[in-house]
Amino acid sequence: MSLLKVTSPHASGQSRVSAVMRDVLLATLPGVVVLTAYFGPGTLVNIVFGGLIAVGCEYAIVALRGRDPKVAVGDLSVLVTSTLLCIALPPYAPWWLIAIGVLTSVLLGKQVFGGLGYNPFNPAMVGYVVLLISFPVQMSAWASPRGLAEVPGLMDTFRHLFAPTTIDAVTAATPLDLLRQNTGLLFDDLLTSSPELTGWGGIGWFEANLAFLLGGAWLLYRRVFTWHAPIAMLAALALCALMGYDGGSSQSGGSALFHLFSGATMFAAFFIITDPVSSAVSNKGRLIFGALIGVLIYLIRTLGNYPDAVAFAVLILNFCAPFIDHYTQPKVYGTGSRES
Amino acid sequence: MRQIHDIHGGIHPPERKALSRPGELEPAPIPPVLVLPLRQHLGVPALPIVNVGDRVLGGQTIAEAQGVMSVPVHAPTSGTVTAIEARPIAHASGLQDQCIVIETDGQDEWLSFTGITEWRALDAAALVEHVRAAGIAGMGGAGFPTAVKLNPEPTRPIETLLVNGTECEPYITADDTLMQCQADELIEGAQILAYIVSAESILIGIEDNKPDAIASVEAAIARSGAVIELATFPTKYPSGGEKQIIEILTGQQVPSGGIPADIGLVCVNPGTAVAAKRAILDGVPLTHRIVTLTGEALASPQNVTACLGTPITALLTHAGLNAAPQQRIIHGGPMMGFAVSDLNAPITKITNCLLAPTPTELPLPEPAKPCIRCGHCAEACPASLLPQQLYWYARAKDQEQLAEHRLFDCIECGACAYVCPSQIPLVQYYRAAKGQIRDSEHEKRRSDNSRERFEARQVRLETEAAEREAKRAARKAAAQSKAAEDGADPIQAAIERAKARKAEQASEPEQTP
Repeated sequence: MSLLKVTSPHASGQSRVSAVMRDVLLATLPGVVVLTAYFGPGTLVNIVFGGLIAVGCEYAIVALRGRDPKVAVGDLSVLVTSTLLCIALPPYAPWWLIAIGVLTSVLLGKQVFGGLGYNPFNPAMVGYVVLLISFPVQMSAWASPRGLAEVPGLMDTFRHLFAPTTIDAVTAATPLDLLRQNTGLLFDDLLTSSPELTGWGGIGWFEANLAFLLGGAWLLYRRVFTWHAPIAMLAALALCALMGYDGGSSQSGGSALFHLFSGATMFAAFFIITDPVSSAVSNKGRLIFGALIGVLIYLIRTLGNYPDAVAFAVLILNFCAPFIDHYTQPKVYGTGSRES
Repeated sequence: MRQIHDIHGGIHPPERKALSRPGELEPAPIPPVLVLPLRQHLGVPALPIVNVGDRVLGGQTIAEAQGVMSVPVHAPTSGTVTAIEARPIAHASGLQDQCIVIETDGQDEWLSFTGITEWRALDAAALVEHVRAAGIAGMGGAGFPTAVKLNPEPTRPIETLLVNGTECEPYITADDTLMQCQADELIEGAQILAYIVSAESILIGIEDNKPDAIASVEAAIARSGAVIELATFPTKYPSGGEKQIIEILTGQQVPSGGIPADIGLVCVNPGTAVAAKRAILDGVPLTHRIVTLTGEALASPQNVTACLGTPITALLTHAGLNAAPQQRIIHGGPMMGFAVSDLNAPITKITNCLLAPTPTELPLPEPAKPCIRCGHCAEACPASLLPQQLYWYARAKDQEQLAEHRLFDCIECGACAYVCPSQIPLVQYYRAAKGQIRDSEHEKRRSDNSRERFEARQVRLETEAAEREAKRAARKAAAQSKAAEDGADPIQAAIERAKARKAEQASEPEQTP
């Protein structure tokens, strides 16, 4: 018998990084299903194609760095990054757009800093912003929802990936685009004037937001993250929207409900800003981090030039996270009264 | 009914306490050889007062305390001293330490003792001396000399003696068993300790996963007729940490860097209270303790009363160790215990548990993955630290930030590492960082000392030079004033003298051939 030297603790809990990542992937399912139901299989094809590129890229680069690529791919983090990016990309995006986005996310967003755990920015949002700035036309070509246009089939979608001419007709502006471009209509009239804006956040958009909310709630239940950042972001966004609504004039920024359930709001709240690596660390810090993202999303949506604002808001707050951390250290035991 | 406060964080690992059948207590066989380390406590080692070849009796003092932070060692049975030398001891470092080795003779002959029944007639200082002479050190794990704890700096009066019967570590049932089997002695011991520190009240805290111990202590309190409060609280690891149980039962926090006495409390382990009772009422020194032998690699997990100095291997064999080719033997519990590196090492006053797990029972840690800053560690930390930040700064050896994030308030309970999804051995990083900081503080003190010495020497040299200069100036001034008194120029006079000498030399004949 030889004696094993191991340091304490000798017992360990059940939580594992790969299980956390798997949970996040599973939690995107309801949202992906709704997006597919309303906008066709474009998002699904994005995810599959992007996932293949991402895994291949991560494997190669980790092997080049002299680490064990199976361990790196096995933690599933690269699939989370590519899946989140591909959900954010317009359905029926051309293959090169997806490829550039995924490669940027994995290489520039993650691996140049040393891989999982070392990235100061949310990798998916790095890829998204690079695409948004470089290819604004392709990035703003979202699909028309089912009911307003013919939704392509799965095979057509795959063909379209490499021959983008086939189904160009189905693209349309998003509800947030319509709101931004609105100059003359009262908010309520805008909603009734455009068929895309039926419902609280636009056809398909409201449902997709609801589905991501559901997935996020499940992650909260599974204790993958705490409520602080998502709730702070949603509350701040709603508050800003309430203050900027002015009863719904043509200059108004849209109702709170509209902001909460349109665009990438719920997706951002539960899947993007909850990335632990690039966010603030303490609960208090995450409250501030989330709230500031909410405020920025509203400001960029209503005053900025881009249709949605999540990516910019998240990256800007990623910059601020260490600063927030510095000022939000929790009170340690025995150093004075602790906030309950 | 006392209000129970919650502590921040904490975890609920599987308890596995039933495995060692708490409440049943058997004596372990006396082994052929006992190895008694001179330091079984925190502080200065004891000084041997026996020689190789001496026959010793049970209860005989074989090494006496050296100074205040020290406690004596007694022979747990009769036998012959065969060696006083460095032997492997049960310590995380795996290092050896000086031990007295006794070959037991199986007679188990003891000195006779007389106890003090009327201990209330003695003053606290006399009782503390008895506690010290009985070799008592805290039996919860740290081994702090009890006599020192009973002499707190008189910053403020002690209000409460707190007996910490939490035993929150999984597997361990030594205190549970003690509270079930020796409850009356526990109550008497607590009263003695409370008298010594002039505490107004006695409070016993037990986690609610030990209903038998709670019932037995409750009955013992009733039998004693004393006013002693028994508080139970929900099971959570690490509620048994001294700082944690104090917050749970009083809502107060021990100030950072301070001790419980700063807020009017003295906190002792139940085993320490029983040892104090035996020292005073029976006059018997501390020579045995209850050890939990547990883990699925043992055929019969159990609690035993074992002689201090019993080799670990003897106890494991007694409990039927069925060792794997690569076996982990843990001294203490699965959360804070350390892996033993030599089975010939003996048990000491702080050994509450020996754990022999199978590989499936407590799997070895997987290779660590990168930290994803998920924050589960911060949620689990009972000290409200940010373990994920401490980890970064420990890796970066950023001592300034480690201090800023209060590394030294870490109690090393292991809750952070337990919940870590990346399986990072966080506590090990903190231990290493603490060691490095202590080292660099030591270095700094040393270099400060040499700088001060150097500066002092410079000052001394300068003053000496100045003094010499002053003396010379004084002499010169004196010579000048003397010459002035004589009315002659001293230089002229010197020239005259030289001329005279020359003239004298010239008039003398050649003396050399």
